[in-house]
Amino acid sequence: MNAPLNLAELRPGFFEPVRDSQSVFRALLTATAQPGTQVELGKALTPPVGLNQTAAAVLLTLADQDTLVWLEPSLRGGAVESWLRFHTSCPLTERAEEAAFAVVSDTALAPQPLSAFNQGDAKYPDLATTVLVMVQNLETGGKLVLEGPGIETVAEIAPQGVPDFFWSERAELVAHFQFGIDVMLCAEATLVSIPRTTRIQIKGE
Amino acid sequence: MTATEAYSRPNAAPEDRYYTYAYLDEQTKRMIRRAILKALAIPGYQVPFGSREMPVPYGWGTGGIQLTAAIIGPEDVYKCIDQGADDTTNAVSIRRFFATVADVATTEDTGEATIIQSRHRIPEQPLADGQIMVFQVPQPEPLRGLEPRETETRAMHAYGEYGLQYVSLYENISAYGRIAATAGYPVMIDERYLMSPSPIPKFDNPKMHMNPAILLFGAGREKRIYAVPPFTRVRSLDFEDYPFETQSWDEVCALCGANDSYLDEVVLDDQGQHMFVCSDSHYCADRRAKGHAGPMAGHALAHIETEIAAEEA
Repeated sequence: MNAPLNLAELRPGFFEPVRDSQSVFRALLTATAQPGTQVELGKALTPPVGLNQTAAAVLLTLADQDTLVWLEPSLRGGAVESWLRFHTSCPLTERAEEAAFAVVSDTALAPQPLSAFNQGDAKYPDLATTVLVMVQNLETGGKLVLEGPGIETVAEIAPQGVPDFFWSERAELVAHFQFGIDVMLCAEATLVSIPRTTRIQIKGE
Repeated sequence: MTATEAYSRPNAAPEDRYYTYAYLDEQTKRMIRRAILKALAIPGYQVPFGSREMPVPYGWGTGGIQLTAAIIGPEDVYKCIDQGADDTTNAVSIRRFFATVADVATTEDTGEATIIQSRHRIPEQPLADGQIMVFQVPQPEPLRGLEPRETETRAMHAYGEYGLQYVSLYENISAYGRIAATAGYPVMIDERYLMSPSPIPKFDNPKMHMNPAILLFGAGREKRIYAVPPFTRVRSLDFEDYPFETQSWDEVCALCGANDSYLDEVVLDDQGQHMFVCSDSHYCADRRAKGHAGPMAGHALAHIETEIAAEEA
C-alpha cells in the first residue's frame, strides 16, 4: 500500500477543485435525498482506466486523508491507486470492514461482498461503508422498484450488470436498519444513490 | 492571485477573494458533506462532526452556517430567516455573509430561494421539490432535558428506547392537563429515530411530514448534523386520548388579515395595546402586496421592513 506513485501517466483530477467538488456534492445530495433519481456528474473527468467518471468524481469530492478507501483487488497497485493517492491523499485498506468508501465494479461482485463491509455500530451507524458499484448503465438491466424515505411513491431503475444475489443480500441488511450499507451505483456520467433505508423489489426484465 | 483563484470566484470583488469560497476550507467541507450524506441515509440520527470556529459566536447559527457553507454554490439563491423574519439582525448579517463569501444572489422570496437557512421557523409558503432548508439548532438531543449523559442518550437512540420521552409527555398531562411543549416538540422520523425539530413552534411540525424539500439540521456548539430526506414520515409524539395539536389564535394578522399563519404578539405601548402579526415577514408582505388587509392595516410597523430593504439596497 506504500508503493511509490507512478506519476508518468497520471491523469488529471478536477479542473477547478472548489467549484467542481461543490457541484458534484450537490448532485450527490439530490441523489441521496431522493433514491432512484439519476444525477449527472463527472462529465469532464478523464479518470484512469478501471475507474469510471462518476466513481472518480465521487472519490475526488468525498475522499481525503480521513477516509480509508477499499479498492477491489484488480484496481490495486496500478494507475487507479496512484491517481487516487495523488489527488485525494486517502489511505487505502485491504480490510473491507474498516473502509469508509469501497470501489467495486459489477463484474467483481461476489456473493457475500456486502456484509463484509462495515455496517456501522449500534450507537454510530454513520461509520458504515459507502460502496461505489461501477455499472455499465442504469437503463437496460432488470427492473428494480424502490420505496422508502425520499421517494414519494415508488421509483424505478434498471442497472445493467448487477447480479441478483447482490440485491437479495442487500435486502437482508435492510431488515437490520440502523445498520446497513449505503450504495452508489456509478454508471458512466450518471449515478443513483441507494441509502440503507431504501427497500427494493426485483421486477425483472 | 492565480488564474485558478479568479476562476473560482469570478463574481467576487477583489478584496473578497482573500476568503476561500464559502469561507470554510475544502477539507472541512468534505467532512461536513460526508456527514450530510450519512445523515440522509439514517434519517433523524445525529451524526457527530468536527464543528469549526465561525466568525459569529455559538448560538448565533454556527451549525446552520457550516451546513450552508458546505452545500452552497454560486448559482444558488439564498434566503435566511430568524423566527420567520428576513429583516432581523441575525438574518441580515448571515445573508450578507454568504453574499460576500459565496457570491450568491439573496432573496426574501420563499419560492425563489434554493437554500433557506432558518432559525426556528418553517416558512408558511409550502416548500418545493429541490429546495433545501437549513435549520440552526441549539440543542440537537431531544432527550437531553430528561437525561444529561450523552453515553445514555446515545444508547437510548441505538436501541430505540424512548419510554422516558413518553413518561415526560404523560407527566405534562398530569401536571397541566395537556402536553405543554410548544416549541422543539419531539418527532419520530420514519418510525425509528426520535428527533428534535430544533425549537420551531409545534405549529410547524406537520409541515415536515412528507415534505418535498430536503431538511438539514446543524448544531455548531453540540457538533451534530442530522437530516430528514424529502417524502419521509414525521410524526409528532402524542397519545390516543391526547392527540397532537398545533397552536391556534382567535385573532388574525393585524396587518394582512391571515388566519392560517403563525402569529407573534407585539406589545405597542404601556397602556396594554398590542397586535398580532405574522411571524413570517415575507408571507405577510406578499399578502399585503396582493391587497389583503388586517384590522390594523397601514400601521406604522408595516413600513419598517420596506425601509430596511431600501437601506440594504
